[in-house]
Amino acid sequence: MARHIVIIGNGVAGITAARFVRKLSDHRITVVSSETDHFYARTALMYIYMGHMRYRETKPYEDHFWTQNNIDLVRGYATQIDTQSKVVRIADGVDIAYDALLLATGSKSNLFGWPGQDLPGVQGLYGMQDLALMERNTRGIRRGVVVGGGLIGIEMAEMLHARHIPVTFLVREKSYMDYLFPEEESALINDEIVAHGIDLRLGTELKSIIGPDRASAIETNLGDRIDCQFVGLTAGVHPNTDIARASGIHANKGILVNEFFETNVPDVYAAGDCAEFNADGIGSRRVEQLWYTGRAHGKTVAYTLCGHRTPYRRGVFFNSAKFFTVEYQTYGDVPARPGPHIQSQLFRQGRSLLRVNSDHRTGQVLGFNTMGLRLRQDQCEAWIRSRTPVDQVLKSLAKARFDSEFQSSRVYRRAAATSD
Amino acid sequence: MEHHASLQLTTPGSRYSARQRTGLALIGVGVLALLVMLVGDGSLNPALTMGVAMVGFLVGSGLLFADLLKQAPGVNNNGVWFSGATARGMAGWIMAIVFTGFYIILYWTPSNLEQLVRGTDALSAALRGRPSDQWFLYGLFYTLAILVMGARMLIKYRDNKYQILRTISVMFFQLGLAFILPSLLLLLNEPEFYFSYFWPLKYDYLWPSTFSSLTQGPGLGIFLLFWTAVMTFVATPVLTFFYGKRWYCSWVCGCGGLAETAGDPFRHLSDKSTKAWKVERWMVHSVLVFVIVTTLALWINSWTGGGLLGGLSNEFSRLYGFFIGLIFAGVIGVGFYPIMGSRVWCRFGCPMAAILGLLQKYLSRFRITTNGGQCISCGNCSTYCEMGIDVRWYAQRGQNIVRASCVGCGMCATVCPRGVLRLENGSMKARYNGPVLIHHDDVSVQLDEAWQRERPLMPPAQEDIPILTDKDLGISPV
Repeated sequence: MARHIVIIGNGVAGITAARFVRKLSDHRITVVSSETDHFYARTALMYIYMGHMRYRETKPYEDHFWTQNNIDLVRGYATQIDTQSKVVRIADGVDIAYDALLLATGSKSNLFGWPGQDLPGVQGLYGMQDLALMERNTRGIRRGVVVGGGLIGIEMAEMLHARHIPVTFLVREKSYMDYLFPEEESALINDEIVAHGIDLRLGTELKSIIGPDRASAIETNLGDRIDCQFVGLTAGVHPNTDIARASGIHANKGILVNEFFETNVPDVYAAGDCAEFNADGIGSRRVEQLWYTGRAHGKTVAYTLCGHRTPYRRGVFFNSAKFFTVEYQTYGDVPARPGPHIQSQLFRQGRSLLRVNSDHRTGQVLGFNTMGLRLRQDQCEAWIRSRTPVDQVLKSLAKARFDSEFQSSRVYRRAAATSD
Repeated sequence: MEHHASLQLTTPGSRYSARQRTGLALIGVGVLALLVMLVGDGSLNPALTMGVAMVGFLVGSGLLFADLLKQAPGVNNNGVWFSGATARGMAGWIMAIVFTGFYIILYWTPSNLEQLVRGTDALSAALRGRPSDQWFLYGLFYTLAILVMGARMLIKYRDNKYQILRTISVMFFQLGLAFILPSLLLLLNEPEFYFSYFWPLKYDYLWPSTFSSLTQGPGLGIFLLFWTAVMTFVATPVLTFFYGKRWYCSWVCGCGGLAETAGDPFRHLSDKSTKAWKVERWMVHSVLVFVIVTTLALWINSWTGGGLLGGLSNEFSRLYGFFIGLIFAGVIGVGFYPIMGSRVWCRFGCPMAAILGLLQKYLSRFRITTNGGQCISCGNCSTYCEMGIDVRWYAQRGQNIVRASCVGCGMCATVCPRGVLRLENGSMKARYNGPVLIHHDDVSVQLDEAWQRERPLMPPAQEDIPILTDKDLGISPV
């Protein structure tokens, strides 16, 4: 029996769910978004600003894809859910009745109550509207300040740099992302940031933004005053729970769900950035806000929406990023501060870095970090899953290479040599 | 200074340093010198004016590209969509009109190039022992374009060895085998022969007229025939089996060489739609049929002494030479770089690419491998694919890319910010893989068999290769 499945949010979680519901069923599907008409890759926002791509190029599917696959797209802002009569209210629009509802509302930028954070010229960066605002806010400016040393922060610094706008980058930590990266990885990225001419201020926090009519300077906790015409606030994101809270759906940090992405209300589900697992051990953490987890959530919940209740299981952890020109990949377990039972072997060659972690007692491989190198996910995952002895891994590392042809293999040879 | 709103978008891509402005000015002098030779009354010394033009272009480009060295190595496509020259703006259209116009003059009214041709007499005399003509002039310009823009490639992609080697290769083959060697052959009274071009791209190399002129003439003729036959019927399938069509299209071919160097700033302008892909398949294979029919007709005519087909085969070859050889490969192929991207001819018209493509698809070890679930769907790979392949469509579902049109330039892998793509020549067995994200997103592991099946979504057009799910299900997309 065809049901009407309504999805709020056309990001990767919502759209992956819609695609898989369509692959698995003939249910009627409606996707509601207030952000854009069509699904685009949020990961590519920076490239639009930098001129590598236009919005059009960031859309993973051609516009006719949605009508061809009978997925209805509604442009509108969902304000509230009447969970009794199972209706979604759309601001200035027609109510939509659902049989099953998926909330995939994503995240919002964190604001920490800084003085002046509401001034014109001050903003976060999460969605297309933010990008449009940034375009307007950075016209003809002489300096931008980016606050918050995370992924979006460094992206924003790179964006401004690409437009020849001088950047001051405030990072609270002593070294870039040292809560996630071991010392060497973090130092390598510090160097990369500085090499691009960014004014990197480590161990520095924002105290206030100075107006009066729009941002004209900031003051740091160290008492420095930096003149600027733009302030990017990129101190992380938090789940967007507005509609859940307005509709009696339980939320903590995020919208609370179990391993089936079920909320406390029957037939209402939540997945992606906006969801928070109600127990440990379901995902790698309670709130997962990666592109990859959004995609995995969306796919898993699609099975449940189609009547095959399927629990979420995160496989061997992986993630990747690019810091200016340095690519980063990670597989398995590579903590910033390894405990005493972890042996961490580091191999370096110029701007490339390879870290292999293993269990000190058993010698089994636990995880990999790379900077400036590319490894094959299948191979790394197979080694980690099968608890391969690290000596064996180091010897056969060439099997896991995914670098372009003819790239230097010195770092791999060095790793192989240590295992002899 | 407050920038005007409409100007602001073009600013990031077009901020020139003093050195770059000097370079642009010198290029401007070069253009002016060429223009004077084209329309002037001939009162200026042609050799001197041509010398001024060449120095202007070479030194100017050198100054222009030197600034690229100041940027950190690594992919930098900043402002590509903001600059009028690379985003079909005014500068782009002007370039397209100039390039197209040059081809039209070259083919149909070459007498207008007289002063330019005379300007290359000295070089022609030194290399070929005879006065220049419009084809020598064209060859010189073509070679210089590949060398100068090749130097730009070497700087721009200096941290990627694949791009470096590939660029050096096309520069070498153009300069050595397509410019100097044919000239020296003429100097030695041998046939002007291009060792890096084969039938059906150089369509007349297997036509009876070439055959008879080579066998009847003295010297190298027989060897040249042997070379053509071996390259066309043996080397092409063997090399394509091991390395894919890239061994030719992005490492050797002159058309490819120009596209990869002079065309690099325009590579993102290729149409990525499934509609364009449909047009491409019809068109390129039609040209292939056209050239095969023409070649066969000429031979039948030759064997029957014109008894069977009369003047028809000659009419065929004349039509092919005019519409395909001149208009498609030349005027549209190069003239439209700034509008339709750098590989219009290679993608929609080249019969050699069509044959190599069929071999690559069915009889080759080459593929672009995707790296598990690492794709973030950003679209850089598709955007910078000069052949208009929607690379992302495959990458985001963890599927290897096996496409007839892929010339193996490797740019998708180079611009990928997550290390998802890799050009490989592996075993043919694992070459066609189904979507494997299902494994990396770890859902299917828990599912019973019935739920492991899903049907493919429309549009099926991208799936020109067998997909496991298709076969498993036996469901053809609705």
